[in-house]
Amino acid sequence: MSTPLIAARAVSFGYDDRVVVDRLDLSVGVGEVVALLGPNGSGKSTLVKGLFGLVPRLGGTIEVEGKVGDASTHHARIGYVPQRHSLAQSVRSTVSEVVAAGRLPHRPWWQPATRSDRDLVARAIEAVGLSDRAHAEVSTLSGGQQRRVLIARALAGQPALLVMDEPTAGVDHASQVVLTEVLGRLAASGTAMLVVTHELDVLADVVTRIVCLDAGHIDFDGSPGAYAAHLADADHPHVHAGHHHDDDSTGGR
Amino acid sequence: MLALDFMRQALVAAVLVGIAAPMIGVFLVQRQMSLIGDGIGHVALAGVAAGFLTGTMPLVTALTAAVAAGAAVEFIRLRGRTGGDLALAVMFYGGIALGVVLMALSPTGTPANLTAYLFGSLLTTSSGDLVLFAVLAALVMGVTWVLRPRFFAVAQDEEYSRASGLPVTALNVLLSVLTAVTVVVSMRIIGLLLISALMILPNATGQLLGRSFAATIRWAVAIGVFCALVGVTTSFYAGTPSGATIVLVAIVCFLVTAAVGGLRARVVRAQHERAERHLHEHGPACGHPAVPHGDHVDYLHDGHRHAAHADHWDEHADHADHTHVDEGVHR
Repeated sequence: MSTPLIAARAVSFGYDDRVVVDRLDLSVGVGEVVALLGPNGSGKSTLVKGLFGLVPRLGGTIEVEGKVGDASTHHARIGYVPQRHSLAQSVRSTVSEVVAAGRLPHRPWWQPATRSDRDLVARAIEAVGLSDRAHAEVSTLSGGQQRRVLIARALAGQPALLVMDEPTAGVDHASQVVLTEVLGRLAASGTAMLVVTHELDVLADVVTRIVCLDAGHIDFDGSPGAYAAHLADADHPHVHAGHHHDDDSTGGR
Repeated sequence: MLALDFMRQALVAAVLVGIAAPMIGVFLVQRQMSLIGDGIGHVALAGVAAGFLTGTMPLVTALTAAVAAGAAVEFIRLRGRTGGDLALAVMFYGGIALGVVLMALSPTGTPANLTAYLFGSLLTTSSGDLVLFAVLAALVMGVTWVLRPRFFAVAQDEEYSRASGLPVTALNVLLSVLTAVTVVVSMRIIGLLLISALMILPNATGQLLGRSFAATIRWAVAIGVFCALVGVTTSFYAGTPSGATIVLVAIVCFLVTAAVGGLRARVVRAQHERAERHLHEHGPACGHPAVPHGDHVDYLHDGHRHAAHADHWDEHADHADHTHVDEGVHR
């Protein structure tokens, strides 16, 4: 098997007195689309942020394509789509201006944007179906359109792996349909993805592997088929409740 | 007016400040730290007074105090939210109180001097100072111009910037230090209590006029220079303090723009026709024929044309009244 795009070994992430993700192993390989499921508070977002060095790492190692260092040191290979309900709007900015930020890590600080930077920005905007709105102000866009701006920003960096934190949460149906199409096209073009989500149905067509987190540990890792079987077999309360009712299942215990 | 040395110097200083202050200010607005310049100005007064007391150049001591304050602001912010706000209050009020007391203690620090530093004066720009101001202002403008995409990205989304490997902390400290330098460059002509206004107000107006971040900056700088020049000229003829006059001009600019903009928005809204709601978005794959229309693409939907506007779709009229549509209804 080829070198994984990202490989975390025995990683722990957390804050001073609280370990949220505990000695966990996870790797994502070329061409994989991994859905990261789990109840609220199970450590999904902490894991993803930890991979980018946004949460202190308490132990373990991270390698990107076999090279030691977290995803922020190897930023050129891994794109991050943070969990946001909307973009910061304290000043006016256009879709192109926000997406252009995805090119910054790829050139030295003194260098202005080149023609190829601008082309990649335009292509990233096209990939998420917002070409018509490339020069629209982001504050005038709907929530779902703003999520696609964030995906385009990550795509502008031409990542081999795209890490997304709940890209479909709280988005209306029309936008969810478009997001599914966008993710499907990306998967088809060979971009590997690690997607934190509560809405597996939306991604069902593209997901190649499912990883379930619970209380900072992995409690399932396998193919979508195996996951369905796992759901059918098991009858402890949180699996029984299914991934749609994660919140109830954690709250109830 | 131009025959007078001090007026020529004041006008040059006004142009420098008119460019530099809004350029830095836009990032402060973006980070919702609009009042930081004001606080740094308070601390700079302590520096000015220390200069008077010890007989060193007030410009140098003010620069030292302001830059230290600027860096401190960032470190306090970095430490986390709790108590940070109070720490800033202690530093800012401590600065201005210390400044006033030291000024009173120093043999050369007269109340007139104090007022000039607080509210700006045409008379205080010497040609020696002016050269130093010009060098500092050029430094601020150059660095801000080169780094503006990075400052923008960090202010727009700090978490993403960190995840993509940008040196976020260093950029934030640098922006804070540039703010401090701008405060010092502006203190003679605008005054330490009012400098923040010239960083922020032209941007407030620029936001009303520009439709993108780049356009906002261009407008803000143009308005900053305009206000500074008009303010200095008015101050000369009316005998009023220059800083306060410039700020009043900036406020008039903002109010007039807001009023005109409000009227225009009402007219545009009245002429604009939204398409019916539909559950899909138009695009290359939506199945509706795409028709190029001027600078954008219309989609033929059940016999009429839809074009992207903000988060929805507009009805566009036929080719026959194409030009009229582009000018009037749709922008």
